[in-house]
Amino acid sequence: MESRAIVRIALLAAVIAALGMVPSIVLPIAMGVPITAQTLGVMLAGIILGPRHGALAVLLFLFVVLLGVPLLSGGRGGLGVLFGPSVGFLLGWVPAAFMTGLMMARLRTLPVFPAALVAAITGGIVVEYAFGILGVMAMARMSLPQALVASAVFVPGDLLKALATAFVAEASHRSYPAAIVSRS
Amino acid sequence: MMTDGLAPQTWLHRVPAGVKLAALALLSVLLVPVLDWRILAGVLAIIAMVYAGFGRVGMTRLSLLRPVLPLLVIVGGVQAASGGWNSGAVVTMRLLAMLLLADVVSMTTTMSALMEVLTPVLRLLRPLGVNPRKMALAVALVLRLVPVLLTQWRAREEAWKARSGRRVPPRLVAVFVADILQLADHVAEALDARGFDRSAADHHSSPL
Repeated sequence: MESRAIVRIALLAAVIAALGMVPSIVLPIAMGVPITAQTLGVMLAGIILGPRHGALAVLLFLFVVLLGVPLLSGGRGGLGVLFGPSVGFLLGWVPAAFMTGLMMARLRTLPVFPAALVAAITGGIVVEYAFGILGVMAMARMSLPQALVASAVFVPGDLLKALATAFVAEASHRSYPAAIVSRS
Repeated sequence: MMTDGLAPQTWLHRVPAGVKLAALALLSVLLVPVLDWRILAGVLAIIAMVYAGFGRVGMTRLSLLRPVLPLLVIVGGVQAASGGWNSGAVVTMRLLAMLLLADVVSMTTTMSALMEVLTPVLRLLRPLGVNPRKMALAVALVLRLVPVLLTQWRAREEAWKARSGRRVPPRLVAVFVADILQLADHVAEALDARGFDRSAADHHSSPL
């Protein structure tokens, strides 16, 4: 792997970390699963870096968090994050970034904005929630309908994040054409 | 982090990096279930004594955390609004304690020591196609890039507000993303110019 790919992977991992400094809101209805701006970084990682490197950026971020650096929103970090109800949403970031990157590469014929929007929704919402809901069912001992209802609260917020991701992807592609790997 | 090696040596500099990282990981696990603010206050008092033990260097380092304070207040306020005052205090204090602990480790550990300690761990993953040297570089880069991103973003935000007095538009974020990607590509060129790609390839040329 060339240095350029490594630095970009590290950069997107750092972007996910920096987005964690935006305060999160914990909704009691969703069993303590926090709303975070960090999924925006996960979607961006897939779009900018592509499936494999996007997933690696998320893995790298999670690795640093597990080392104990408090980079998750709310200042969480360390092995403790593996035992919360949101662990499915957290580990789901890896396949979410992968799927986002895959869709972005598949939709190469579309303009950047719609392609990024569809990719972010498929990866960052459909795939992310599939893993997240499984996690909630396991950790909070909920049934599938209960977990669906509890997780649905976050969908509007995540749709906004997907829109923001698509906007950022499109505008940064315009000011730096090498920004998005699958388009350069 | 690059400059930390120049700082005066303290007793924590002599503790092996692996021990400090393990202690940080252990403490972060131990602090998560703590819901009593008095215990966290005690932990913070101990951390404060460690910083005080470093003398002037420690105090200077503490003052670097001042920009984080408004953030802590906001996080605490939001948590207090949704989960009560105790939850607000607990979240804020835990955040502060973990920030300070992580900062102690990065303050007293050089980048090369961190890389050294991670390399044997990652060597175990080599059969899976992981190159330990590149992985260690990536981890060090993340830790270095987070404060760079925060400082650069804050500078732009201030510049925008000083000129317009209005809220920061989303366009500024997009330009920022484009610029940091360019920054990353320049860092990669600098690494190659210093022969990182060749020296990393010496240890079997497997992908990351």
